[in-house]
Amino acid sequence: MPLAAAGIITLFTLHFKTISSFISIGAILAGFVLTIVFISANGWQPAAGQGYGGQPVPAGESICQWLSADGLNIDFGIKLDPLSLMMMLIVTGVGGAIHVYSRGYMADDTGMSRFFAELSLFTFSMLGIVMANNFIEMFIFWELVGVSSYLLIGFWFEKPSAGDAAKKAFIVNRLGDFGFLLGILMIWQWLGTLNFSGLQGPEALGPYATIAGLLIFCGAVGKSAQFPLHVWLPDAMEGPTPVSALIHAATMVAAGVYMLCRIFIVLNPPALEVVAYIGGFTALLAAVIAVQQNDIKRIIAYSTLSQLGYMVMSVGLNGRTPAMFHLTTHAFFKALLFLSAGSVIIGLHHEQDIWKMGGLKRKMPITFWTFLVGGLALSAIWPFSGFYSKDSILGNALARHDFEGSLLFAVGVFVAALTTFYIFRLFFVVFCGKEKSETASHAHESPIVMTGPLVILAIFAFVGGLIGVEGVYNRIFMPHPGGLETSASFASELFGPFARSPLASGLGTLAFIIGLGCAYALYAKADKDPLPEKLGGLATAMKNKFYFDEIYEATFVRAHDFIAAVCDGIDRWVVEGFCIGSIRGGADLTGRALRFLQTGNLQTYAFLFVIGVAVALYVILK
Amino acid sequence: MQIGLEQYLTVSFLLFALGLLGVVMRRNLMVIYMSLEMMLNAANLALVAFSRFNDKLDGQVVVFFIITVAAAEVAVGLALIVALYRRHRSAHVEDLTSLKF
Repeated sequence: MPLAAAGIITLFTLHFKTISSFISIGAILAGFVLTIVFISANGWQPAAGQGYGGQPVPAGESICQWLSADGLNIDFGIKLDPLSLMMMLIVTGVGGAIHVYSRGYMADDTGMSRFFAELSLFTFSMLGIVMANNFIEMFIFWELVGVSSYLLIGFWFEKPSAGDAAKKAFIVNRLGDFGFLLGILMIWQWLGTLNFSGLQGPEALGPYATIAGLLIFCGAVGKSAQFPLHVWLPDAMEGPTPVSALIHAATMVAAGVYMLCRIFIVLNPPALEVVAYIGGFTALLAAVIAVQQNDIKRIIAYSTLSQLGYMVMSVGLNGRTPAMFHLTTHAFFKALLFLSAGSVIIGLHHEQDIWKMGGLKRKMPITFWTFLVGGLALSAIWPFSGFYSKDSILGNALARHDFEGSLLFAVGVFVAALTTFYIFRLFFVVFCGKEKSETASHAHESPIVMTGPLVILAIFAFVGGLIGVEGVYNRIFMPHPGGLETSASFASELFGPFARSPLASGLGTLAFIIGLGCAYALYAKADKDPLPEKLGGLATAMKNKFYFDEIYEATFVRAHDFIAAVCDGIDRWVVEGFCIGSIRGGADLTGRALRFLQTGNLQTYAFLFVIGVAVALYVILK
Repeated sequence: MQIGLEQYLTVSFLLFALGLLGVVMRRNLMVIYMSLEMMLNAANLALVAFSRFNDKLDGQVVVFFIITVAAAEVAVGLALIVALYRRHRSAHVEDLTSLKF
């Protein structure tokens, strides 16, 4: 349905802003409603039905045969198991809220119809990913999502920085996809099938299991912006804030984690270790950089990177439930944070530097409260949803009782403290204290069409941990119902994490308090950033994102340009100059030589004629 | 010495050679043309000699044809030469350079 919406908007209503927005919003909300209806009708595990070719397969498999070449059979199908249904709920639900919000955010932008068309295209691609049946279909939609994000990030394409950022996002994504494709090929080579239900364990993959798993992980590295392909996500903030919310908080970056959960069987322990370490490192790196950023959206972008690191790390530590759970809660509170930030930006007429804001608590109360809820959820303090999910991750790490788990647990706790620190730095500077600039004193609250979704998301961010989401995921990934207490009372659920792993939750809460304390001490009344003086060079490095972009520029981009210049030289001088030149010259010289035979003198011609006759006679009579 | 076929053919060959030499080496258009005729006549002589020494009349019949054709050709050729002379005002063959590159 979102595809139809995108098509209709692009073809027909590009000039009617209101109608376009309604079509798009209608499509996604209809999707949301349908998903809920489907779930309530069929339960979380749809019954097995007849698949293509008459063989009983798990629900909703192959729909049509798409490509049938020598030994390669690709069927298009839809997979509707609990994992994909859960993701569909997230995509349509959070996406729906963002669509409604966009109506307010983009109200005075001339390209609003185009925006909604692209949003619908993105939603379609995202739903395609979560409903994909086999690798190839997922890859197609994977690329489609990349294209949609390119369109959306570069929405204000008149700004050269936006165009560059969009290109960067797409290209970096493609690098990850290259590894992804190689991994897919390897899987096909060894397992003979590309269908998700045909995936087997690493034993079937032989000696290359680690490499295949890591290559597929490359796709997640690119899409979910892990180190070293993380450089596109902060620049992607050039797009409008609803875009940032949709793509970078809730859905696209989560596609990587979703994919990892899908293909989890294929990863063997060495691959999982690499996954975990990369996730942990990304989390740490992003959190450190975020401490010194001054643009409100960039801070939230780095926090997204950090949280994604958490999720990937959790998958690597053999914890798919915490990862997906964190994905869900993260979708709520990160979208909430982005949308609140967007509300602030709109209120201050597109100002994004936090040192120019301040004292917004009085001017924008609803935004203030929703942002506070989002920030608390992000910092994972009880009883907000973030607490349960992050605590799941940390608890899982600790429960492994090995070096890797403990190291990453320590990293996780440290990053939690940093998270609290930077998000409350943001909070204090933007909302408390006194106004730091002219625009801040004229700020006003946003219209209801924007604050409505904010409130809804805030509610979910608050209660997300308690509504049984984790229970659903547990049932998906660990089908041993004997070990779960299914009828725990509400109060014990509320304090569950404290009981299950007191060390993890205790340290998590301690980290929160430390981070909050530092942030309050440094920033509650600050007029400008006190950290650069205290930390000196480190702070500058943090602010400049540890010069990653510059390093990449100096190495990869220059190498690429060099190769391109060499090719150009060859093309111009060798191929064109030498080869073609020699042909041209040769033809020219031969022509000139042959000219001299044409003297115009009759007698010469007659003489030659006679000679020719003589030769002919000689040959004949010989 | 007995006059045999070889003698006639020798004369014919010599006539032909002289004609060829004239075509290639003389520079007056008329002289070239006359040498051309001489080559034709050498051919006629050879044909008659063959006819005589093989006791067949075929050679002489062909000679009739050749003489007729030569006459027609002379008419046309002279017309061409007159046209050329009127164009270039000279009968010098080296003045005809239109075919030169």
